[in-house]
Amino acid sequence: MLIGKTAPRRSRWAVLKRWEIILLVILVAICAANSWASPYFLDLHNLFDSTQSFSEKALLALSMSLLIIGRDIDLSVAAIVALCSVVMGWLASQGVGMPGLVAASVGVGTAAGMFNGGIIVGFKVPAIVVTIGTVSLFRGICYIVLGDGAYTEYPADFAALGQGYLFDLIPYEFVVMIVAAAAFTLIVHRTTIGRKLYAYGNNPDAARYSGIKVDAYRFWLFAANGCMAGVAAAFLTSRMGATRPNMALGWDLEVIAIVVLGGVSIAGGSGTMIGVILAIFVMGMMTFGLELINVPGILMSIVVGLLLITAVALPIVVRKISERRARARH
Amino acid sequence: MPSLLRRRETVLAIIIAVLLIAISLRAPVFLSAGSLDTLITDSAILAIMALAQLLALITRGIDLSVAANMALTGMITALLSHAFPTMPIALTLGIALGVGLALGAINGVLIAWLEMPPIVVTLGTMSIYRGMVFAIGPRVDAHQLGAQFIAFPNERLLGVTHIVWIAALVVAAEYVFFHHLRRGRELYALGGNPAAARYVGIDAARVKLLVYLGTGLLSGLCGYLVVARYAVAYTETALGFEMQTIAACVIGGVSIAGGRGTVAGCLLGTAFLVIIFNALPIIVSPFWQMAISGTSILITVIVNSRSERRRGKHILAPAAGVTPRTEAPC
Repeated sequence: MLIGKTAPRRSRWAVLKRWEIILLVILVAICAANSWASPYFLDLHNLFDSTQSFSEKALLALSMSLLIIGRDIDLSVAAIVALCSVVMGWLASQGVGMPGLVAASVGVGTAAGMFNGGIIVGFKVPAIVVTIGTVSLFRGICYIVLGDGAYTEYPADFAALGQGYLFDLIPYEFVVMIVAAAAFTLIVHRTTIGRKLYAYGNNPDAARYSGIKVDAYRFWLFAANGCMAGVAAAFLTSRMGATRPNMALGWDLEVIAIVVLGGVSIAGGSGTMIGVILAIFVMGMMTFGLELINVPGILMSIVVGLLLITAVALPIVVRKISERRARARH
Repeated sequence: MPSLLRRRETVLAIIIAVLLIAISLRAPVFLSAGSLDTLITDSAILAIMALAQLLALITRGIDLSVAANMALTGMITALLSHAFPTMPIALTLGIALGVGLALGAINGVLIAWLEMPPIVVTLGTMSIYRGMVFAIGPRVDAHQLGAQFIAFPNERLLGVTHIVWIAALVVAAEYVFFHHLRRGRELYALGGNPAAARYVGIDAARVKLLVYLGTGLLSGLCGYLVVARYAVAYTETALGFEMQTIAACVIGGVSIAGGRGTVAGCLLGTAFLVIIFNALPIIVSPFWQMAISGTSILITVIVNSRSERRRGKHILAPAAGVTPRTEAPC
């Protein structure tokens, strides 16, 4: 069900394009600054290795963008990642092999997503409240199972998943992330699914009246988000080689920050996948650069916060100034 | 009578009473004077912060930066106490309130004047403030703090700790604000129906600015209290506490969709959480804490959704004696 590109109002396109171009400029500037600051940045192996540290978050950001475009949000993704990892750890201790572990992770993630979606859609309650509840529930289950312990025994071939390379160069999680990014971009911008998503993100009532099964879409998007969390959990667990109940703590807010930085409005209905993908690389390269010059990760959060606020404030300030100018001219 | 029974506050109070009886049957020590004293002192900070969050939630907003604000204000007062160990306590309190207010003002200006979504703004300032705690700290230990600085919150007046007196003062102030001041009623009006609020001449920007100044002020106050009570300021001070404040509100019947919520509900929600947190280590294991609080949030949300839907039907077919949604139950 592919559809052709229709021509939306030019003004909106201009604004969106401008935001993606700004992101691209920021990305180039960061890369330039990085290569100026450290001789180790522009090394192919280093660059590809650095993708490992953001590919998992990127997987979560892709599906989270769809949720946010549809006026929903999922604060529990990081907890789902931890839950999937705990299930994998338990299964591994029972002697389950690599394919079984990955299948279980994806399955548990999808089920957790369906649990979120089911409550949100079934009881008509805001996604933010439900996922604030499930974030404690999912992570709470991890603490009940593990206490302050950890699972550290994983089969040898499982480690290859998150630590292995395609052609001895490209980490597997980066390959999967690129494929997923391409798939999400196609779905959002080239199919009727994407078109309907924007429709109900902009105006759920109108979408409902025009026959879009809004609740079904929302439910399955939560399921998809859980599924991506399952995939991310498999890679993260394999890369770390251990499961702790506090793993991926704080990732949910980082993921939302990436999505918003990518130009997706938290009010729903707007944003592009290209923007989100660019934001993924902006964050990834910035983190990598700061690591290269030995800036502690926590200081990075200052930069992320500033970037997030500036990203949203800038267009508003520009609009207000131009409005004031227009009024002054009259 | 039935109307009293149908009120969320009454139901919650009954649940808490049953909970207390059940716990004291298992562990009678829980109801001893010493244990209750600790319980009330422990709940003071959460109570103040839940009341702060209430301000934001009623106006359809949210403040995710409260915990980071506490950590940063706490760190600043701790560093000052380290530098000037004999600093009078009134000055410390003044600085805590001032710093908290300033950090809240940043949120307020961005949300009220630039009309940015509260969740994005406070997500951003949350990570900025948290990063700054590390940048200026990262740690001040008990032996580096002034004696008076640590002693003040735990000192007693008429047998009750200062920290509880301060909480009582905040409760009284917020009760008067919501029930007897026009500005307080405006919060409900704005949250219940922003369009109608504008038509009756409520200045939304001014109300929102006031709200985030309020959350900032109370966060600053609690920042000092939490650092002094636990005699340590570090990067992880109050980490994740914003979720607890939201949980206390949601359990207490505050609607995330705005316009609904009371001081009493907030306090009962706080009591519920604190009892669970303090009783679990005696009854089962502290690792059950998160899962139980998550489950309570989900149950409350589902119960809430049903009562709110009933209300919705009333609005469609107005009958005598039906309270409009914008009016808070007193």
